[in-house]
Formats: sequence, C-alpha cells, structure tokens
Amino acid sequence: MTHKAPSLFDWNIAGPAVVDSFKKLDPRLMIKNPVMFVTMVGAAVTTVDIFTATSDRGFIAQIALWLWFTVLFANFAEAMAEGRGKAQAQALRKTRVLTKTRRLGKNGPEEISATELRKDDIVIVRAGEMIPADGDVIEGAATVDESAITGESAPVIRESGGDRSAVTGGTRVLSDEIKIRISVNPGEGFLDRMISLVEGAQRQKTPNEIALTILLSALTVIFLLVCVTLKPFGIYSAANFSMPVLVALLVCLIPTTIGGLLSAIGIAGMDRLLQRNVLAMSGRAVEASGDVDVLLLDKTGTITLGNRQATEFIPAPGVTEQEIADAAQLSSLADETPEGRSVVVLAKKFGLRERKILEMSGATFIKFTAQTRMSGVDVDGVQYRKGATDAIRNFVSMPMPVAVERAVENISRSGGTPLVVATREKVLGVIHLKDVVKGGIKERFAQLRKMGIKTIMITGDNQLTAAAIAAEAGVDDFLAEAKPEDKLALIRREQTGGRMVAMIGDGTNDAPALAQADVGVAMNTGTQAAKEAGNMIDLDSNPTKLLEVIEIGKQLLITRGSLTTFSIANDVAKYFAIIPAMLMVTFPAIVPLNIMHLQNPHSAILSAVIFNALIIIALIPLALRGVAFKPIGALAMLQRNLIIYGGGGVLLPFIGIKAIDVIITHLKLV
Amino acid sequence: MRIIDWLQLGLFVAALALITKPMGLYLGQVLDAKGRTWFDPILKPLEKITYRLMGVKAEREQDWKQYTIAMLLFSAVTCIFTYAILRLQNHLPLNPQGFGALSPDLAFNTAVSFTTNTNWQSYSGEATMSYLSQMVALVIHNFGSAATGIALAAALVRGIARHSVATLGNFWVDLIRTTYYLLLPLCLVFAVFLVSQGVIQNFNPYTKAKLLEPMKISVAKTDADGKPVLDAKSNPVMEEQTVTDQTIVQGPMASQIAIKMLGTNGGGYANANAAHPFENPTPLSNFLQMLSIFAIGSGLTYYLGSMTKNQAHGWSIWSAMMILFLGGALLCWWAEANGNPIHQQLGLAAADGNMEGKEVRFGVFNSALFATVTTDASCGAVNAMHDSFTPLGGFVPLFNIQLGEIIIGGVGAGLYGMLVFVVLAVFIAGLMVGRTPEYLGKKIQSFEVKMAMLSLLILCLTILGFAAWASVSQWGLAGLNNSGPHGLSEILYAYSSCVGNNGSAFAGLSANTPWYNTTLGIAMLFGRFLMIVPIMALAGSLGAKKISPASGGTFPVSGGTFVILLLGTVLLVGALNFLPCLALGPIVEHFLMLQGKLF
Repeated sequence: MTHKAPSLFDWNIAGPAVVDSFKKLDPRLMIKNPVMFVTMVGAAVTTVDIFTATSDRGFIAQIALWLWFTVLFANFAEAMAEGRGKAQAQALRKTRVLTKTRRLGKNGPEEISATELRKDDIVIVRAGEMIPADGDVIEGAATVDESAITGESAPVIRESGGDRSAVTGGTRVLSDEIKIRISVNPGEGFLDRMISLVEGAQRQKTPNEIALTILLSALTVIFLLVCVTLKPFGIYSAANFSMPVLVALLVCLIPTTIGGLLSAIGIAGMDRLLQRNVLAMSGRAVEASGDVDVLLLDKTGTITLGNRQATEFIPAPGVTEQEIADAAQLSSLADETPEGRSVVVLAKKFGLRERKILEMSGATFIKFTAQTRMSGVDVDGVQYRKGATDAIRNFVSMPMPVAVERAVENISRSGGTPLVVATREKVLGVIHLKDVVKGGIKERFAQLRKMGIKTIMITGDNQLTAAAIAAEAGVDDFLAEAKPEDKLALIRREQTGGRMVAMIGDGTNDAPALAQADVGVAMNTGTQAAKEAGNMIDLDSNPTKLLEVIEIGKQLLITRGSLTTFSIANDVAKYFAIIPAMLMVTFPAIVPLNIMHLQNPHSAILSAVIFNALIIIALIPLALRGVAFKPIGALAMLQRNLIIYGGGGVLLPFIGIKAIDVIITHLKLV
Repeated sequence: MRIIDWLQLGLFVAALALITKPMGLYLGQVLDAKGRTWFDPILKPLEKITYRLMGVKAEREQDWKQYTIAMLLFSAVTCIFTYAILRLQNHLPLNPQGFGALSPDLAFNTAVSFTTNTNWQSYSGEATMSYLSQMVALVIHNFGSAATGIALAAALVRGIARHSVATLGNFWVDLIRTTYYLLLPLCLVFAVFLVSQGVIQNFNPYTKAKLLEPMKISVAKTDADGKPVLDAKSNPVMEEQTVTDQTIVQGPMASQIAIKMLGTNGGGYANANAAHPFENPTPLSNFLQMLSIFAIGSGLTYYLGSMTKNQAHGWSIWSAMMILFLGGALLCWWAEANGNPIHQQLGLAAADGNMEGKEVRFGVFNSALFATVTTDASCGAVNAMHDSFTPLGGFVPLFNIQLGEIIIGGVGAGLYGMLVFVVLAVFIAGLMVGRTPEYLGKKIQSFEVKMAMLSLLILCLTILGFAAWASVSQWGLAGLNNSGPHGLSEILYAYSSCVGNNGSAFAGLSANTPWYNTTLGIAMLFGRFLMIVPIMALAGSLGAKKISPASGGTFPVSGGTFVILLLGTVLLVGALNFLPCLALGPIVEHFLMLQGKLF
C-alpha cells in the first residue's frame, strides 16, 4: 500500500463521518470532552425550552439548532480524522490474509493455521508464501517483498544473524526458504499495532493534550460561573435574561473551537507521520519529538554518502598528474570496493579510458590483505601498488619524498584518507579519499540550529577525521571512535543536563541507546531488538527522516496552541455582540456599545452562535493539515502565530458576525 | 488634564523605576537566610533570640506543604489573638475613649480582614478601636500579613529559580527576617518622615473643640433603647440637633500609616483614611505614600529577575504591570477630569472635573492616581471616595481589583498572582512555538496548569458567587444606599475588594451588618488562603523540576512580544470573565449618565 494522504474531503471518508458524528452524541463518549459536553447539555436545555417558552419560539428553535450543529460539527471533525486513519487501516487489513503455515513441531513440520502460532514457535516459510507473524530469521536467507508495510516494491534480503534478521507478518517471501522464530503472540504483531494505531482505537491523550484539556475545562467552568451568576445580576437589574440567551452566551464564551478540534488535531498528527512512512508507537512519542534538543546522527549513511571516494590525485615531484592517474587506475582495476571504483572513475577525468581486466592478459592482480595493506597489479614487469603510507614505505626501494609525506599529512589532517601510489622503484603520488557529505544536509542542520536543536555526529572514525567531516557537514558536535556504550553514556549525559534526545538506529547494539533516547527511531530494516526498543519505526529506513518527524511533532503542538489562542481571542467580539443585545431591552442607553451595529438583539445573539458553529467547520482543514511550520526560530514563530491567530482571532469574528447578521436579517430569519 | 499633572505622573513612574533595583537587591539580602544587611550588628542578635524563643531551626528548610502549613498556622493563631483583643477591648488598657467590645461578626470580619492583608474596615476606627486594639491587635497584622505575603512570593520565586529540590525555604525565617530587616527599618524611616510632614503620633485623648459657628443637623430620632422611631409609613422620624463641639481624633498615626502603605495594608487609622489631614497632610506626603505602596512590590519583580538570573524577565513583568497601571490611571484621570456632563449642563461643575468626594487639597489628578495605585496594589488606602467617582472613573479601581491585584499588587501577593498569569501565558505561547511549554527551563505540564487555573477559578467563584448572592438576597439589598447599576457596582466592589484583599470600598454600602461582615470575612479568607495553597503547590512542583537549558527553540520570557503576550493573557483569560457583570454595573451606568440619568 502507499500511505498517501487522502484528499481533505474524500466522500468515502466524509460520508461515514457524517453518520459517526451522530453516533458520537452518546453522552458516555461526550463526557470525555468537557467543553463539547457542556455545549451538548446547553443544546438539550434550549431544545426543551422551545416547547416550554411562551414567546420567541422561532428564535429559540434556531438557537437550539445551531447549538446542535456546533456539537455535530465538532464530532464531524473527529470522525473525519478517524476516518482517514481507518481508510489506511482498511488497506493494511487487506494484506493480512489468514494463512496456513508450517510449524516445526517435535515430529517435524505440521500444517497449522497462522492464528494458532505463539511466541517462540518456529515456522518454515518458502518462496511465494506469506510470513505468518513477526519474528527473526534463524536459518537461511531469502528475498522478501515488504511492500505491504513500506510501500516500497523492491524486495529486501532477510537472513539469519546480523542486523537484517527481522521479518514482519504479512510480508511475502519471494525466493528461497527460511526458518523463523516467531516473536509475538497473535494480535500483538507489528501489523496489528499499526492498524490499531492508525484507527485511533488505542489513542491515549498525550501529556500536553491533557494539560490543554485541563485549561479548557477550567475555562469552561469559569464561564459557566459567569453565566450562572449573570442571572441574579440580571434579576437585580430588572433585566430578565432568558435561558436560551444565557446558554447562547455560555457556548459562545467557552472554547468550543479548540475543544471541538482538539482530538482531530491529535489523530491527524499521527496520520501525517504515517503519510511520511513513519510509524509512531504512541502519541506521546510524536509530541516528544517536538521537544527534541539534541539529535544524534550516525555519520555513515546519514551525514555522508555511505563510502569514501577518491577526489584528488597529488603527484610526487617529477611525476605528472596523468602518470599518477594512470598508475592509480591500474592498481585499482581489480579493486571492487567502492573506494577502488571511485579511483577508476576519477582517473577517467584525466582522459583515461577504463581498461577492461580481460584485455590485460599478462597482468597479475594483487588483492588487498590485512597483512600487506596494499593492492595493485603486476603488468609488463612493473609492480603498481596503492596502499597505506607505512605499507608503501616498506614496499618502495627509495625513501618517501618529503613532498609526498607532507601531502599525506595534509590529507589526514583534513579528515581524508591518503592512499600512496607507487611502483617498486618510485613513489608516484597520493590519492585523496574523502567522505562525501550528502547534498543539502548542511542546510538541514542550519535549519535545525535555528529551531534550537543541537546535532551530534557519531562515528567510529578517529578524532581528526571526525572533526573534519563535522566541520564540513555543519554539525554542532561529534563523538569520535564511538562504541555503543559511548552512545548510551552521551544520551544519559545530555538528559541529565535537562535536554531531550532523539536518535536513529538499526543494529541490535543500538537498542539500549534507542530505549534510553526520548525519541528513538528504529529503521524498518533493523533488527527486532532495535524496533522493540525505539518508539517510532521508519518504514523507509531513511535516517534523515528524523528531521521530518521533529517537524511533525512541532506542528502538532503549534496547531493546538494556535487554535487555543484563536478560540480565546474570539471571545472579545462575541462579548461585543451578545452583551449589548442582552441589555438593550432593559437599558436602551447601552446602544453605543453595539459597535458592530447588529440589527437587533435576536440577530446579534444568533449571529454569534452561528459564527461559533461555522468556525469549527471552517477550521477542520487546518486541524487536519496542521498549522504550517517554518524553521525560523521560536521568537519569530511566536510573533507570527500571535499576529495570525491572536490578532486574527480578535478581528475575524467581528467581520464574521457582522456578515452573518446581514445575511440572516436579509433572509428574515429573525 | 494639566501639564503639571502629566509631569507628576512621569515623575512617579521614574521614581518607581529608580527605587526598583535597590529595593530588589535589598530584598535579595533579606530573603536569603545568610544574606547580609547594614542592620546586622543590631538586628542579628535579635533575630537569633527570636529563633531560639520560637524554637525555629533556621537552617532547616521546608517543602511546600510544611511551608504552607507554617504560614496557615501563623495566620490562624494571630487571627484568633486579634479576635480575642477586639472582643475584650473594654477590659483592656489604653482605652481612654472607653470604647466597648466589638460584636462577634464585626470582630470576626476585622480580625480576618487584617490577617489577610485586606484591611477592609466595616467600622470607623476613631469611633470603635482603642489605642491598644489599633497598636497591637491590628498592627501585628500590618506587619505579619505583609511579611507573610513577601515570604510566599519568595517561596514561589525560589521554586522557579531552584531546580531538582524539594524545599522552598523556611517560612519562619522569611517571616522574621522580612519583618526585622525590611519592614521595621523602612517603617521607622517613613514614619519619621511622615511626622516631619505633620502626621500626628501621640496617645492623647481626643480633643474637643468649640465650633465658631454652631451647626444645625437633622438626625434620626431614637427611642430609649437606641432604636430609630418610625412614623406611620415606617420612615424614620427626623429631628433637628445643634452641634457646638467638634471631636478631633488623636493617636499614634504616623507609625500606623507607614506600615499601612509599605505593607499594602491600607487600613486607615481614621475612617477618612488618607483623605484625613492628620494622615496625609501635604502633597509630598501624598506623593510618597503612593510611591511607598508600590515600593516593595516593584522591588520584588527585580528580586525575581536576580534570583532567576534573568533580569530582563523581571523588567518585562514590571513593564507589563506599568502598562496596565498607566492604562488604568489615564482612563480614571480622564473620566474624572471630564467630570459629569449633567453638572456641566447645570453649571455646577468644578473647573477641573468631578470634585465630588475628593479632597480639594489633592484635586482630580492626585485622587485618580491614588485610586489607581491603591487598587492596583491591593492596598486599599484611599484619599478620595471611590463611590463618588464618575462611572468610568470608578470602573478603573473595580477592574484593577478584579484582575486579581496583579498590577504590582499587594506585597508578595501581586507577584505570585502575576506569576500565575505568566505560567498560563507561557503554556499557551509555548504550544504555539511547537514545544512542551517551558518557563525559565521548567516544563509547564498538567499539574502546573491545574494549579494556576484553580487559583483563577477561586478568584472568580468567590467574587461572582458572593456578589450574585448579595444582589438578590434581602440581607444584601438591605445594605444598599444607592439603587440601579451603581448599587450593583457597590456590591461588586465590596466582594472584589475583599477577595482581592484590597480593602477599599465603594462606601455607599452599609456593610457593618452580621450578614455582610460574615460573607465578606469568608470572601477575604478564600481570596487569600484558598488562592495561596494551589500557588504554593505550583511552587513546590516547579522547584522539583529539572531545568532544561534555553535554546533557539524556546522563546524568551522577556522583551516586547512576551509583554504583549502576558498582557493578552491577563486581559483575555483574567479580565473578560468580569465583563458581563461590569456591563450591568459601571458600564451601563456610564451610558445612562450620558443620557442624563444618575444614581
């Protein structure tokens, strides 16, 4: 399957969502959202009032109608978000066809249903068969089609031992035969977890969501108090405020906008991660990723392209570049390592055609060994060699020229690896092998720095090399000659300093560090241990994905914060609409306070209620998509969102309420 | 709005800015158990003896619960002590006027009032209180409640500044050090200054003076039991009396007034409070009394900055407070200077605005400024009658109090009240930048939000609940001297003032009735102690947290954006709640006045 975002109003999702928004009116579900629960009670009370009131029934009925709409719109937002998740879960479920499988029992293989499998059972899976459950390959190797969970059609190799032994239930073996030890009981597998996560079935409120819910609930209680006490104040003032009017005021004041959209925002955040092929094990992890202060990144594969490459030939005195290029190419022809191939490629730039090994019948190729630490070729009686400086020094009959020694030193200091090229008689020069930093990575790190996130590169290289690459890639710090326990120690140290740490890992030896990190992203190609330890899994196994995860985490919080600000700021205009309307009958002198010049008390109150309901619908796309995140630094971001959602939140309802007032009085609804 | 008044306003703000830093630095020494001051040679031995007598282990710090319990214990014991003295004052010495004991409800109201730093006075001091009651029963609270407020603020600031600790300091040490090193020396100096201006300080019996011109007044006729005689329509029967003597109040005023201002207590020696020429004789004494109301509260913002090593944060909070102060002062001054259009139409208006209820010595500006200062700071001393202000002029003091006394605020109480809004502002804004909100490196999570909102809820509940009850109950309505929106303002003002621990009044309300004394007393208790507990829990929780270092991902809690954010939070989360009832009170009264209807 592919994890494409469904378009915002896909009718396949919106249709059932409409039905769901009615089902969600169940008070047992509503009570979980105190703001909307109060709104629903208000709607119910007003509905009763339609029948008990002696006058203004049409007005009361309209208020009641729009209050119900407010509740339904909020439910609809949640149902839409859930619907999008369900659509994805549906696609996942299709891949899980229940299969027969061969379990290796005491009496040899036996055919059983996949549902009977338990943890630690051993099964045999052959080409063309479905892997019945999550587990580790304990014997053999096979190509596996994992497109069901990753969306990536190219098959991957899974083999026993090492870091590529984990297999996932629901994927298909394409070739060969493997023995798998099952690692989970039915219903606990990766796919099951994935389905329940995207469906939102196991959704628990995240810490910030809980804190925000408390704020919103407390505001609701305060406004409830304001409206309840307004009744006696009204009695004192000989202004008899009717129940529907007080309920309308209450619903307009309590933060229904954010209250109605809060859970939709959370579900949509998880959903956005999945669209990027990252599977979060909990909403808490997504939220934590927004808080990350320190990012640990492996050098190889994340910051640099996997391998070193030849970038330069430095000839010895008296040797031309052409000559050294020629010798370097000869000595590397049989060298199948990426480094060796890069030498051949570089030599081509000097106009040297790549020679085919087969053409060179008289040549003897010398392979690299740990003892000689050289490789090369003997051709036409000349021994071409390339290798580590010490090895070449012993090999060559003349002393190493000073210029070459200096070039070697320079290359080492700059973080590169020098390879000296020589014949038995003469040192020809040096090849500069270099780690190549991925394009665009420096800019990403600069963005991260603006967001206040410190990047630390982790590498097994020595200090010198690590420093040079760190400088080139623009990371803030590096850990050289790192062993797995050093990673763990580094994470602990940063955490003691109060920082939140994120890291990406794949190997079994990464598991402790992944577990210790606040956000641990395991690669899908990694081992089962790594996947268990992390709290997110990157299905694409792309290490730079962490940056996107952080952005999504931040976006989630920003959306909540911005809509909360917007919701609270809305109250100003609503006061200016409703309060003059409430007082106008008893105190006509209050008219100047009706600064929006709303037509009459009824239209003013109704306009505010309608605006309050419609704004929820209007903001559903924003809640599902999230407020745009820009890496511009916290202060700039705060100013931007304060102006848009704070300032906008004060102004917009003035315009909106006035417009609705014009429309409903034009339609003669009041 | 004269130039000279603008200059004075500028001078006031400048003077306040100037004293903030030295006051903050000195507070830093006082509130540090190992701090050093100039008074160490004299006061250090006294401090040590006090600890020994009270059995206080000065080096043992308390966690938030122990600290809160110690504070509650101190308040309860002193409150009962005062209640006892007031009930027994007729048997006690220093009572040359021979005043009788206070009624149980008045004694309760007064004891609570002074314990809570409110100093709401349902009585008139010169006609009720003996010298002993004034100097012992009430003055211990003027010091004790002020020191308590400062101690609590210090505990909260420590919770913010410290990290990964359980303790917030020792209440007894904070209480004693604040009283000895801060309040006593400051009051001594200020009292001497006040005497130099003409404030009296003596134990003489009240002076009787013969009037040059006897006055005829009409008073309600009373029968043998002292009850008013009613006519057939049950209106009181009035009779004429001729007054030939004037009783002039005497007493130890200067010492009382110094602490009344510095400790933001506000309880006047005389009923007329700072409008009385003996309490506030000169323009200079008036200016310095206003400044002294703000002095310690203003210094506490600097103390916050220096303790958290983020002085810009301290000044930002100070700036937010000053913006709210100036907004209120200008509105009040403008409304009073514009006066009452009906008086103008009738040709009765004074040249510079509404002079009803104001001392001619102070005029419109100094009355408006004093009213703003005293309600910003939960002081409650007055030099003009707020009840007689124009509707909008009276709206300002009422609004200031309803904000929760956070504009400089009561000593200590203002800071911790404002910090509740800071926590909420940081929470909402923190989400907007995409991180779990952090305040000076401390994560603001559900517990902090819960405690902050709880204290706001208590403020709202107590003010609106009691005021709503009073506005429809026969006991509440019985105390009203004015009808219509103005009457509602009086009720609202009374409960706001008590919950906010301000103590000033819209004096049109006859509040010395058992019902008012009791409900207002409860409102004061809630407004002080129910609010403090969640705030102390907040302090304890913040103190236990780790500090995450600031980075580009955390927004600064200083600078213009933060000030705007804080103001927005105060106004939207704090103030909007009172808008509906204010609309029924001063706001509608204002519009009615413009139409020519007065109350």
